[in-house]
Amino acid sequence: MESRESGDLVKRDLSLKIGEFSSTLGVFKDVEIQVGRILEEWEEPLGPTPFPDITALREWDLKLLSRYKPFYMPFCDLCCLCTFGKCDLTGDKRGACGITMAGQQSRIVLLACCIGASAHTEHARAMLNHLIEEYGRDTPLDVALNTNVEAPHTRLVCGFRPRTLRDLDDALSYVESQIVQLLASTATGQEGNNLDYESKVFHVGMLDHVAMEIADIAQISVLGFPKGEPEAPLADLGFGAIDTSKPMILVIGHEVLPSVEIVNYLMDQGLFGEVEVGGLCCTAHDTARYNKRARIIGPISWELRFIRSGIPDVVVIDKQCVRTDVLLECKKIGSPLIATSEMSCHGLPDRTHDEPDKIVEDLVERRIPGALILDPRKVGEVAVKVAMKIAPRREGVRPLGVEESGELAKRCRHCGECTRACPNNLPIMEAMSLARNGDFTLLSSLYDLCVSCGRCESACPEDLPIVSMINAAASKKIAEERSKIRVGRGAIQDVEIREVGRAIVFGEIPGVLALVGCANYPEGGGDVARIAEEFLKRRFIVVASGCAAMAIGMTKDEEGLSLYEKYPGVFDAGGLVNVGSCISNAHITGAAIKIANIFAKRPLRANYEEIADYIYNRVGAVGVAWGAMSQKAASIAAGCWRLGIPVIVGPHGSKYRRMLLGRREREEDWMVYDARTGERVYIGPAPEHLFYAAETVEEAIVMVAKLTMRPNDTSKGRAVKLSHYIDLYQRYYGEMPPDLHLYVRSNADIPFTMRDQVVAALEKAGWVEGKIASPDPTLLERLIRRRL
Amino acid sequence: MSAKLTTGQTAEIAGPKKAFLIPKPEVAASMMNRARRILLVVGSEAIKVKTKDGDLIDTAIRMASSKRITIAATGHISGEFRRRGAVGVHGISIMELGDRLRDPSWSGLDNGGPYDLAVFMGLPYYLEWLVLSGLKNFAPSLRTISLDNTYHPNAGWSLGYSPQEEWIEILDRIVSNLEGAG
Ligand code: SF4
Ligand code: SF4
Ligand code: SF4
Repeated sequence: MESRESGDLVKRDLSLKIGEFSSTLGVFKDVEIQVGRILEEWEEPLGPTPFPDITALREWDLKLLSRYKPFYMPFCDLCCLCTFGKCDLTGDKRGACGITMAGQQSRIVLLACCIGASAHTEHARAMLNHLIEEYGRDTPLDVALNTNVEAPHTRLVCGFRPRTLRDLDDALSYVESQIVQLLASTATGQEGNNLDYESKVFHVGMLDHVAMEIADIAQISVLGFPKGEPEAPLADLGFGAIDTSKPMILVIGHEVLPSVEIVNYLMDQGLFGEVEVGGLCCTAHDTARYNKRARIIGPISWELRFIRSGIPDVVVIDKQCVRTDVLLECKKIGSPLIATSEMSCHGLPDRTHDEPDKIVEDLVERRIPGALILDPRKVGEVAVKVAMKIAPRREGVRPLGVEESGELAKRCRHCGECTRACPNNLPIMEAMSLARNGDFTLLSSLYDLCVSCGRCESACPEDLPIVSMINAAASKKIAEERSKIRVGRGAIQDVEIREVGRAIVFGEIPGVLALVGCANYPEGGGDVARIAEEFLKRRFIVVASGCAAMAIGMTKDEEGLSLYEKYPGVFDAGGLVNVGSCISNAHITGAAIKIANIFAKRPLRANYEEIADYIYNRVGAVGVAWGAMSQKAASIAAGCWRLGIPVIVGPHGSKYRRMLLGRREREEDWMVYDARTGERVYIGPAPEHLFYAAETVEEAIVMVAKLTMRPNDTSKGRAVKLSHYIDLYQRYYGEMPPDLHLYVRSNADIPFTMRDQVVAALEKAGWVEGKIASPDPTLLERLIRRRL
Repeated sequence: MSAKLTTGQTAEIAGPKKAFLIPKPEVAASMMNRARRILLVVGSEAIKVKTKDGDLIDTAIRMASSKRITIAATGHISGEFRRRGAVGVHGISIMELGDRLRDPSWSGLDNGGPYDLAVFMGLPYYLEWLVLSGLKNFAPSLRTISLDNTYHPNAGWSLGYSPQEEWIEILDRIVSNLEGAG
């Protein structure tokens, strides 16, 4: 089919194609003829599941879900989604539509993941449409140096090899149509079985990674971001990195286009040195990928505190993780707000089609509090001009001072409502008592633990500006908040995969740890840096993205160095790899996919089950989203689950209300086929869980070490992994791990330096050598090469 | 002794089925005395909570020895119990424990059969809230009690909020009562 002039045509063809694919293997040939362009032949044959529909991978999902049974912790016992309700679903009650509590919880998990995946998909759509409009559909993809597999998710899921922006458009259309169907299944009176909902959760997670990949490889290709470069430049990070003497533009959100145009305008006008551009959240990552001189102020939790500092002269928001009271906060400091996305208009007048200078005048003269401008280029010009004109007028705007805070603290009634509202239960009331007497130490210490949610302020009957008071008390700390982060490098190069694939699969590199997700930390972001350093020292590969990548950079050693300055950015043992923003997470799972494809030569094209089976049984990758907060984090995790990659979240992650937990004591759950013989053998609980919330950071650290074990580990590899697990368990629990006997398959697995202790522990547990097999492991019957 | 229905966090309000308020320490003690097999679940925050015995870990040890109760120490807090010389303490994560407590065929941490009563204290408020919700909904035959100084709506029975000194007293009376009956 060659006639592809319009986008509509592409979409029509694609929906036809998806329809055809929903049937059995037999229709492939026909379909290929119909959609000749995107499913052209390349050296790799088309695998069994191109453009999988919702049920195409259900069997695989159910295999995983039979090992990792959902444990539901309802966050709400009611359902109020239709007018039959509210329904009380407590215990064994059913809703008026017949749904059970388990069904409802899985339904809500699916809804959350659909929200998350939609956010990424919409982001990808807006990015792609803009880039196609500006640069043309045939703009080639150029993702990473030394790389042939440019889009592992798209190849794996859709079954074609994208070469241009137009190809990405096709893949994205598929994702969009699937999300609509998944969302439809949450309507009253559709899905009734919780495991079917869970399978759909996995499906939307898989789609999410395709969408993220599309968004990121499009922007990398066109906007000149680092192309998988291990030595991507270092950028400034932190509140203290901002030169407050200059006009300052604050950008917040996730879609970088408006920020790119701000930087472009500054460059074109020769003003880059005169205006500060700083970002919060993933827009900051991506602006720094575009130009390393842009500042990364911090993760989402810095939003309220940075606006309250009064520093930004103009605030530009795009989409996702933007506080919905941002306009209110901007008004407090007299800075205009520019909204740039249809996703978040904030009630502002649409000035997209007005003359830039007219908009500037209205904003500077404060005739309007802000403007909606849906044209990134115009945003660039307006934001810069407003910042430069308004900055001198705003010079009087100062953040709350310490003395004023002390005075305000005297109004505290000691009602304790703030602490009850605080997700981290912080001792605000006690801090107020001390502050009223001039002792600000406790108030200042809250800065490191506070996620700046502002819930305490809403609860306070005295309307005390608690966040600003904490800021004031911590002003010295804030001024010193300046460190280095390596800007997001994007994908992992094929050559890197080739070099480390073997060591990862055989377990000699003990694991790949991905530190990802938001900033809803129970005790501050320092914990993320602590986890990173623990495993860097142990020569794991540590990859990072999003707010977690920032949290890692914010901790400095005595010499003022961050981990990015101490560890190289290579994807190799002891490397610390910042891939970039949230959408760059696709490169982390993409690396796991590439290990199966490039190192192990497993066919990639539309071959999801086999690749997932490979990763699950062989690649010791673990994700940790210590501060996971958003629905996006949930759908990203879901994409990991379907690939068999376990994810650990912090304690707040329990609010996702469903864990996927294995039961190590149930031997029957831990059987696999030996692909060599077809025999079903016991491999021990590796990896033990698929989705797990840890209560403490120490618990999480030990769990990371444990979850890297895979049935395919060689004895040498297993011994290395066990040595980390045992060492960490002993450090924090003060004894040998009680489940050690489930991970030692033979004497050769025993770490040499711990032999005596391990042998004693094994004896106590009644361990017998050889009970746990070392097969060529697979869950897929069709991969058995020879039957017994 | 007064007990107000103050929850740990304002937004975590109860569903239609909510915990009975433990009116006085003796009631909690008598429920524990009547139970066949008790699991005492102690969370990682126990070390930060002061009690008459020192902290909540010390109180848990005292409580457990009074009635030969098994302790499940969550997070990584079992190491602290061990350092204090406590015996019969099992380290298990709260997720793994919650998952097993809802399984009527689970044989317990010591293989002694299922528990009929799980007593919770010292977990982060919201984490305990959620796990108790999981048990309320999916473990119909397990009874649960929260002894934290806050109302836990998803428990079967819960203390309410009291001024700190009063709560310390309440807890002490519960343990003393158990010791008396022990
Ligand atoms: S969707 Fe079902 S459970 Fe929810 S309110 Fe309607 S009838 Fe009740
Ligand atoms: S802003 Fe900080 S102190 Fe206030 S409720 Fe949120 S986390 Fe707690
Ligand atoms: S809510 Fe406000 S008045 Fe009440 S204790 Fe907290 S700071 Fe004081």
